[in-house]
Amino acid sequence: METFLNPRVKTAGSVMMISDVVVIGAGPAGLSAAVTAAEAGADVVVIDENPRAGGKLLGQLHEEPGTGWWIGAEISKKLAERAVNAGVRILTNRQVWNISQKWEVALDTGECVKADYAVVATGAAERPLPVPGWSLPGVMAIGAAQTLTNYYRVRPGDRIAIVGVDPLSLTVAHELSMAGADVVGIYLPGKSIFAGTQADPDTNLEYLAGMSDLAPNAFLRWGGKLAANKTLRKLALTFFPKSGLPLMGTRLNLRKSLVSIGGNERVEHVEVATIDSQGNPGKTRTVKVDCVCISGGLYPVQELTRDCGLVRIDQLGGTIPLYSPEMETTQDNLFVAGNVTGIEGAKIAMAQGNLAGTVIASRLGLLEGKEAIDRAAAAVRFARKSSAITFMPDIEEGRRIADDLWLERVRENSLAQKDESYA
Amino acid sequence: MLKRISDHPVLGPLSQEEIEFEFDGKSYQGIKGDSIASALLANGVRTLRFSNRDGEPRGIYCGIGHCFECRMTVNGVQSVRACITQACDGDVLESQGENRGERHDDF
Repeated sequence: METFLNPRVKTAGSVMMISDVVVIGAGPAGLSAAVTAAEAGADVVVIDENPRAGGKLLGQLHEEPGTGWWIGAEISKKLAERAVNAGVRILTNRQVWNISQKWEVALDTGECVKADYAVVATGAAERPLPVPGWSLPGVMAIGAAQTLTNYYRVRPGDRIAIVGVDPLSLTVAHELSMAGADVVGIYLPGKSIFAGTQADPDTNLEYLAGMSDLAPNAFLRWGGKLAANKTLRKLALTFFPKSGLPLMGTRLNLRKSLVSIGGNERVEHVEVATIDSQGNPGKTRTVKVDCVCISGGLYPVQELTRDCGLVRIDQLGGTIPLYSPEMETTQDNLFVAGNVTGIEGAKIAMAQGNLAGTVIASRLGLLEGKEAIDRAAAAVRFARKSSAITFMPDIEEGRRIADDLWLERVRENSLAQKDESYA
Repeated sequence: MLKRISDHPVLGPLSQEEIEFEFDGKSYQGIKGDSIASALLANGVRTLRFSNRDGEPRGIYCGIGHCFECRMTVNGVQSVRACITQACDGDVLESQGENRGERHDDF
């Protein structure tokens, strides 16, 4: 056990901290929950395993229609400062090893945080997309490349190939080229059991619908709108240029797949195959690169919600905890916010965190009436509607399924209670 | 530094505060606030450890502490994740696994 202790935190021994609220994850959702609860007067502790608060928000950088540049590092810093000013204790460099009932959060340092309310805001992780050669140094997840480039200001490579076409990979492609890298192309993954429908050009055109507000290219705007129509989509793919489409400083290839990565001890080249509209490979070509970014999609991280009722909803990106309209799980006083509830953008995560924080403040008796909760719930819906990037094309349907499952559970519980009162 | 992005069309200037550390016996500079992985990559170092499978080189993969591909020995403490650990002035870093120390500057 000793070897996994983080050298940046001295072992604190069995220190017990007591607060009203414990938040796990200092990303946009967790920080927002903490700020809202603390500004209402709650005593809040936030835990994160990274050296700095902000989570994946730290690396975000894109231009939003109407409101200008979204610079995640600056937004994170402001949120964290606001939290600290409201008295929040942000404990970084700490891993949560266990969370147990009502609520005790045990950390790798030996510390333990005890609180009446807990918010799990552990976010998402990336699905790997194994390609032959992917263990070579220089191959990395698209999110790693994003944080390195925009937050740490280090170029992950000079000539970069991207595998996987989705809103995240397209956004990062643009960020990499802004930072001076030559993004040689965005390719589909080769057909495999891991890639699934991601290797299918049709599915990728559907993804582009989620980008239509951001894409500066007329074809993409048009392409985004035609994503809803299968016949038109087929037609568009048939005519999709074999050499790809110029897009935000790179080339988007829906007719090429990356079949392997090669090099001696580091990435030196990739093999790219021309494919037909069903994704079947034809001729291959070698392209020189020094970095490959893999985008296999995001899934919600559920390591700490195992005692909650969980459900798999593919439209939300994977398995999520059942949650109430107030963001509470099937465990009383255990809340969730952000990507742990489904894959969406940071603005929505912040709105969900604010909702969870508002509900907790209200239950602590720090807010009167229901108006604040209603306002916070409306803000989540507004954030979803006005979002510039939609990561999951059927997110609204996914949220409807989640809402219905919660209602079903409430009905079942009230029936069970009636049965008990008859007995 | 090889891959540092000093001019960026949107982001402001880089921090100027430098740190110095050692990796497999060689000395490197980083910027205050760097992770160990970002500081090494800025110096062109991609290989962070060697796999037990024939000593194959491994580098940063997930960047969020999930995959443990970037684990290394930091000031004597083994298997620390370089991607989520801040680099500090005076750090002594060592790669783990077979062939350690022989091929660290192969980038």
